[in-house]
Amino acid sequence: MSDTAIELVSVNKWYDKFHVLKDINLTVKSGEKVVICGPSGSGKSTVVRCINKLEPHQQGVIRVNGIELGNDPKPVAEIQGDVGMVFQQFNLFPHLSVLDNLTLGPMKARGLSKAQAEEKARHYLARVRIPDQADKRPGQLSGGQQQRVAIARSLCMEPKILLFDEPTSALDPEMISEVLDVMVSLAEDGMTMVVVTHEMGFARKVADNMVFMDAGEIVETGTPEHFFTNPQSERCKTFLSQILQH
Amino acid sequence: MTRIFLSLSVLLVLTGCSSSQTWGWYVVNPMTASGWVNIKFLISGMGDTILISLIAATISILLGLLVALPGLSDKRGWRIVNRVYVELVRSIPLLPMLFWVFYGLPLIFRSMGLDIPIDPFWGAIITLALSDSAFTAEIYRAGIQSIAKGQAEAAQTVGLNYAQTMRYVILPQAIRRILPPLANQFIYIVKMSAFASVIGMQELTRRANELVVTEYRPLEIYTLLILEYLVLVLIISAGVRWLERRMGSDER
Repeated sequence: MSDTAIELVSVNKWYDKFHVLKDINLTVKSGEKVVICGPSGSGKSTVVRCINKLEPHQQGVIRVNGIELGNDPKPVAEIQGDVGMVFQQFNLFPHLSVLDNLTLGPMKARGLSKAQAEEKARHYLARVRIPDQADKRPGQLSGGQQQRVAIARSLCMEPKILLFDEPTSALDPEMISEVLDVMVSLAEDGMTMVVVTHEMGFARKVADNMVFMDAGEIVETGTPEHFFTNPQSERCKTFLSQILQH
Repeated sequence: MTRIFLSLSVLLVLTGCSSSQTWGWYVVNPMTASGWVNIKFLISGMGDTILISLIAATISILLGLLVALPGLSDKRGWRIVNRVYVELVRSIPLLPMLFWVFYGLPLIFRSMGLDIPIDPFWGAIITLALSDSAFTAEIYRAGIQSIAKGQAEAAQTVGLNYAQTMRYVILPQAIRRILPPLANQFIYIVKMSAFASVIGMQELTRRANELVVTEYRPLEIYTLLILEYLVLVLIISAGVRWLERRMGSDER
């Protein structure tokens, strides 16, 4: 495998006439953690969704683990499951138990036996610190627990890359840290992560690279140190002053 | 059932007393031997009515899903296929469609070199299933669309393909919204199965027609016919309500 996990070259995307992504260039190395931030509607979620083929792009090249994603909206079999995704709204399967949420992908897409899949599921439930909720339905868990189940569900596919689309934005404040703690520990284990978030404390702690987006463009990139202490663009300064004033 | 027959008997007695109008409830009076024979004759169509309806509903449920799926596609072409089918089939009145299937379809088969005869039984089933499938397709579409898009996206990110996503994630959730209206659709099929009498199917309505021809008592015989359908539909309605309660109590 090449050292480059994700590569976006001159990616453009439109919703009808609306230009959502403008000439996006981004490289994420294996094991790297990139945090994307920016005002809402800046296209940061769209970038992550394009990397995971949930949405098509119209121009440019996206490569994931060296495999180029076509413009066809069809899922790409080679990278399915290699790229995990954690959604803002968790998107757990409400009709299945926590355990079945975790074993569905490994059993149906990877062909694991039930016993193997359950062993793996229990391992990752322990990893996200909820080993004893396996038989409950997602609806019986708190938001923070649900999001950690969602992270465990992604981990069960043994992904090489994990994408996070505002993973804590739908959570009550007191539950944010339990999710961030799990994410920090994943980062420490060397997972390649692309995280869309407004949690600047988390960004400071784990990010190798910060990406600031506004109006569909990448306005600024840099190390957290550089990014927080010495932002170059006006837009970035304004954004940071708004988000950090509390 | 017995209560309905009781009230019918009361009706018989009451109208029998009236002198100005010549009622003929005797033709379906279970107390007399000939009346009982007539009733048994009328009810003997019940089996075919139920059988036709059940088979047609089963086909319609499968066909409806098949028609609904292209309607949910991202591709415009597939959605058009769905729209054309639904709009076309929904617009055809049942009786002309029945004639078309019963008298026309065998000719089409023959022109293709196939010798597939269509008897009244299958003619009725094909017509009912086709006609109903446009409605079941719309029920499926609405039910599946009511499941949030994030569910399909999450399924995709854990590696499930389209068929697996439908089978393990979307349909199990949509089914509780789909089943009650589908069961309701079954009532429609039962009632519309009366048209099968026109092509000679020996179901409830046909039996009634035949008895009317020999007894010349349309009012009394068709009254009993209506009651037969009423009983059938009431039983199905009770089933639907039971289903709705079960589905509802399952929610979280």
